Amino acid sequence: MTDIVQELVERTYEFGFHSDIDTELAPRGLNEDVVRLISAKKDEPEWLLEWRLAAYRHWTTLEPPAWQNVHHPPIDFQDMHYWAAPKPKGPAPASLDEVDPEIRATFDKLGISLAEQERLSGVAVDAIIDSVSVATTFKATLAEAGVIFCSFSEAVREHPELVRRYLGSVVPPRDNFYAALNSAVFSDGSFCFVPAGVRCPMELSTYFRMNAAETGQFERTLIVAEEGATVSYLEGCTAPMRDENQLHAAVVEIVALDDSDVKYSTVQNWYPGDENGVGGIFNFVTKRGRCGHRAKISWTQVETGSAITWKYPSVILQGDDSVGEFYSVAVTTGRQQADTGTKMIHIGKNSRSTIVSKGISAGRAQQTYRGLVKVLRSATGARNHTQCDSLLIGSECGAHTFPYIEVKNDSAQVEHEASTSKISDDQLFYCRQRGLGEEDATSMIVNGFCREVFDELPMEYAVEAHALMRLSLEGAVG
Amino acid sequence: MLRIRDLHASIDGKEILTGLDLDLPAGEVHAVMGPNGAGKSTLSNVLAGRDGYEVRGTATLDGTDLLALEAEDRATAGLFLAFQYPMELPGVGNAYFLRTSLNAIRRAHGLDEVSATDFLSVAREHLTALDMDPAFLSRSVNEGFSGGEKKRNEILQMSMLQPRLAILDETDSGLDIDALRIVARGIERLRGPDRSMLVITHYPRLLELVRPDRIHVLDGGRIVRSGGPELANELEADGYVGVTDRIPA
Repeated sequence: MTDIVQELVERTYEFGFHSDIDTELAPRGLNEDVVRLISAKKDEPEWLLEWRLAAYRHWTTLEPPAWQNVHHPPIDFQDMHYWAAPKPKGPAPASLDEVDPEIRATFDKLGISLAEQERLSGVAVDAIIDSVSVATTFKATLAEAGVIFCSFSEAVREHPELVRRYLGSVVPPRDNFYAALNSAVFSDGSFCFVPAGVRCPMELSTYFRMNAAETGQFERTLIVAEEGATVSYLEGCTAPMRDENQLHAAVVEIVALDDSDVKYSTVQNWYPGDENGVGGIFNFVTKRGRCGHRAKISWTQVETGSAITWKYPSVILQGDDSVGEFYSVAVTTGRQQADTGTKMIHIGKNSRSTIVSKGISAGRAQQTYRGLVKVLRSATGARNHTQCDSLLIGSECGAHTFPYIEVKNDSAQVEHEASTSKISDDQLFYCRQRGLGEEDATSMIVNGFCREVFDELPMEYAVEAHALMRLSLEGAVG
Repeated sequence: MLRIRDLHASIDGKEILTGLDLDLPAGEVHAVMGPNGAGKSTLSNVLAGRDGYEVRGTATLDGTDLLALEAEDRATAGLFLAFQYPMELPGVGNAYFLRTSLNAIRRAHGLDEVSATDFLSVAREHLTALDMDPAFLSRSVNEGFSGGEKKRNEILQMSMLQPRLAILDETDSGLDIDALRIVARGIERLRGPDRSMLVITHYPRLLELVRPDRIHVLDGGRIVRSGGPELANELEADGYVGVTDRIPA
């Protein structure tokens, strides 16, 4: 088993390459002028600039949070660029074929061929390099159904009334330090709107990718499902290898109106840093959804990347009979640190939530589950079930669990189950006696441990998740 | 087939096997019996390649030096161990596990992988023969199985994997008489000219259902007596002490 730990620490990041795309950078540092510059670059309306400036001014009064169980040197927020965009090498592409070949090559290395995806998989991909949406596919098919799926900038131009109505309605600009920062400087992201009664005809998928050195990336995603609408959305991420820590402070907001159903799945494998923990992404993300009556929001996440993860996809169960779900697999190896979990806020009567969290730690990684289940006085008949399992590989890693439960209504039922286990030598020997190599055996046991969560992923991504877990634990054999 | 010479094995500095010799020709079923602490489980663990033992001596399977191979390579070379305590693998589907195992062994022999469809049809035949519900296949490996179900699952795996050498480590322990019959039937089905089996057991009752060609008595870490199937009756009558007492000094 010590060999496993050794090898895990020695693995290299498969997606570590850097594309040569000319990048346009804002000056280092953050002030009102930078906020104005970003807004101007994007030809934004006055109300949005004011919204950004208000967020910026509030941000200057805040301190970064310090309660999370992760350790890193202080971040110098004045030493970063807040705007980077690939410079067009000519007129804007009219179709995928005209997209910068360098950019296409980057996606190809990631295994995401837009052309292939468009032709074969039936998945609409809104591909993002750094901050500008490069190509959006399947827009026509979606438009027929009345679904809007586009970059955030485009939504601001084409559907300002929708953006203005819902932006910040779930994660207000003053919510927390990183949400305020994002609100001030967000560059681009995705916007999705599914009108009342419409079942979105395909899975929606976005691949995020950070590219320029020392560029913080501030994505903003807004998903609105009107009454009775249904949508499944997948976000996948990779970042190239970097020596400097890169800050990623995204905000995702989901508005699920009455009787709607939103499934949001994330596969995240950003660069975790080298064996000494140098480099790697700081992933400080605010994700939250709000449910109307009988609405359902389900978060599924598979997290294998980033040097530090700070993330709590949450659901405000405002409506009666609303449902919130959180299914999570987090893998930390080497020197990775993760403090992740969820918040379920029960407001509506008979609101229900399910939390299934599977944490896997190897090497010298530290992982924390932090979850809040809050039942307000109004939430008669609320129910929650939480299951929180940790799997340790080797003896130098750690798993920590901080469940917070606040119940203000006597009729609520809240259950919390937790376990911590190790892959036993007996299990490994059993698998090896059946002809499986140690690496295959480890991967099989880990995948089994995560099965409840993988079962929640859309079919094609469940396969990808298996592969990703395998990749993350690659070299796990002595 | 299996040839063991002067096999010694220690764990944490304590010698458990103390110079064991054994020959198991192709097509034969031999039983290894012995009192608690004689080294029965150590013998199966050492042959299957479990880590943690200090081993010397020789053990060859069809001339291949088993002791030089990793556990998984011994498995693909045709050695199968039916575990005394089969492990639970939560979330790992039984069918998936077994098919992965079968394909690992087939790949090692340069054969094509078995398709899911072919696998299922073969698995169903074996399930029926072992009186097992096909729902077994969709459950997690051994998770929540009763003792008898776990042992039957081992026999199912053995039936599917068709090993050259099967070692059954106290497969009869903890079984009621009906389960014992089913397991014995499963073992009998696998008897064949190309297969050898080493049935390790504490009690003679399994040997009434699976007649061994020879019986070896293991005590103090080596074979102290060998004989035909009639040795079982002697053991039944006199116990291990009686049998081992008669060893010439």
